[in-house]
Amino acid sequence: MGRLLLLGPGLLYLTVLFLLPIAAIVGISFLESNRFGQLRWEVTFASFERALDPLYLRVLATSVVIAGITTLLAVLIGYPTAWAIARLPPRWRLVVLILVVLPFWTNFLVRTYAWIVLLNTEGPISGVLQGVGLIESPLQLLYTPGAVIAGLLYAYLPLMILPLYVAIDRLDPELREAARDLGASRARVFLTVTLPMTLPGALVGAIFVFVPSLGNFVIPELLGGGKTVMIGNLIRDQFLKTRNWPLASVLALSILGILLVLLILQSRLSRRYAPVSHD
Amino acid sequence: MTDPVHDATGAPPTPDDAPLLAVRSVSRSFGDVRALVDVSLDIRQNEFFALLGPSGCGKTTLLRILAGFEHPDTGSVTLGGADLLALPPERRPVNLMFQSYALFPHMSVERNVAYGLEREGLPKDEVQARVAEVLRVVGISETARRRPSQLSGGQRQRVALARAIVKRPRLLLLDEPLSALDRKVRGEMQLELKRLQHEVGITFVVVTHDQEEAMSMADRIAVFQRGRIEQVDRPVMLYERPRSLFVARFIGNNDLFPGTIAPGGLEVAGLGVLPTAESELAVGTAAWLGIRPEHIALVGEGAPRILTGEVIETQFLGGASTIAVGVSGYETPVLVTQAGATRLERGATVGLTWDPARAVVLPSE
Repeated sequence: MGRLLLLGPGLLYLTVLFLLPIAAIVGISFLESNRFGQLRWEVTFASFERALDPLYLRVLATSVVIAGITTLLAVLIGYPTAWAIARLPPRWRLVVLILVVLPFWTNFLVRTYAWIVLLNTEGPISGVLQGVGLIESPLQLLYTPGAVIAGLLYAYLPLMILPLYVAIDRLDPELREAARDLGASRARVFLTVTLPMTLPGALVGAIFVFVPSLGNFVIPELLGGGKTVMIGNLIRDQFLKTRNWPLASVLALSILGILLVLLILQSRLSRRYAPVSHD
Repeated sequence: MTDPVHDATGAPPTPDDAPLLAVRSVSRSFGDVRALVDVSLDIRQNEFFALLGPSGCGKTTLLRILAGFEHPDTGSVTLGGADLLALPPERRPVNLMFQSYALFPHMSVERNVAYGLEREGLPKDEVQARVAEVLRVVGISETARRRPSQLSGGQRQRVALARAIVKRPRLLLLDEPLSALDRKVRGEMQLELKRLQHEVGITFVVVTHDQEEAMSMADRIAVFQRGRIEQVDRPVMLYERPRSLFVARFIGNNDLFPGTIAPGGLEVAGLGVLPTAESELAVGTAAWLGIRPEHIALVGEGAPRILTGEVIETQFLGGASTIAVGVSGYETPVLVTQAGATRLERGATVGLTWDPARAVVLPSE
């Protein structure tokens, strides 16, 4: 009984705000709506068929590619950063970790608008590059896929750094010494010991970056200028503008499907490299 | 191969009496802490050598210098005549068995053991053959495919040992190899390590704080205290001829009497001159007399004696008995060990005597 009380709030929260909406989306995806957005109570696979239209598939593919590039860049930037933090003297580590999450303390929209200022054709980046003489005419950085990736990367990089830092910090330095003692060069130690043992941390970070990047619709809209349509924008439009809820639900479920596959993959890979074997 | 350090198969390029490992005037400080102070040491081919001392005495620092994870501030280390300090850890013909074992948790036992051989670029079938062979030698063939987390403490210790000896290093370093094992397994492993050392013919340097462990395994022992070597000797000599008060206290039990050197022995306040072995110390120098409890004989009335006292307490320890004797004029009870059970009762008057050659003179600190 006591346990139920403790579980209660979380359970209630998850049921009302997570499980019920998901169930609703699954249910709606099998319905059809008329031109005015009213649902017809008749089971049909029509929306699933429509979702297979190359138009939607292309949007989905673009989204996966953009979120994928963002995640890859986050790993490449996050790993050395997390490594450097883990090697700082203990009292500096906390300071730097706070600096890493500091941007989260300001409003997300404000930070994204700052990127608009930065990437603008009249903005400082374009200006400096012209001043140095690297380019001749103002550079169109804003409203490109690159701008979307930069915005996503900026927003979610801390979510990569933190789990990586934990994984690197937890790694027993004697394991690296043991590898060198057995004849491995520094590079070989990294490839055979450090990397595989911090991979679970990198995978957690990858999920943390990929998931919100894939479904994001604010950053593509503000920095992509509506030219780079991601699946998040499409779903939002189908729900709110076109009012085709069944199609929107199917598209939402497609993201959910991708994420589910990724989570399974992540847990499989992590288990392979986990210190404690489960087989 | 031209590099003499890497010539692991051939005979050392130095004459037989030259040491395999020569440590010369090595010092190392960490901030204000002097971990090693002017340490010099010779270790011979095929020796089982122990670095013994309390924690923080510098023995582990020396081990890490030999492995290549620390660098001395001053001094030199040569192995087979070649400069060892010039080589990074991965190129030294030296392997270290870590106190924590440091087994790779993401690899199976055989992958752990094969790791070092793979780094040498040996052909796959040779790696496999040597891994299988070494697992057999240490007696854990059946665990080859398991992960370290699935092994018992004793099995893990054997994996760590196998991983370190499979490369056939010229020098095997063992950092507190038995400290993580429970008492019973530890006794077995002491014998096992000794057997292995003979079988594989590798020079062993073991770091330990456990004097019994060092005494039972090592051919020679270096006793460390506060970064300095107190004495390097065979276990028997360390026991019978300690050269410092620290060694006398650290190794086994000793009855210790403070006094000053007098002709024929040591003058102890309240007891007169006690006979000792000959000493180089000048008459009048402050010194200690140290004698093992089993080297003191108890004699009855009328027999010649050095001291007279009264039995305070007796303790039967199975194979031997310890008798605490209160000597008039001296505060600390003198401990005497006798084989078997004793018939002495508390309060009995006894005489104490010893062979002066057994009583060691130790310089005051």
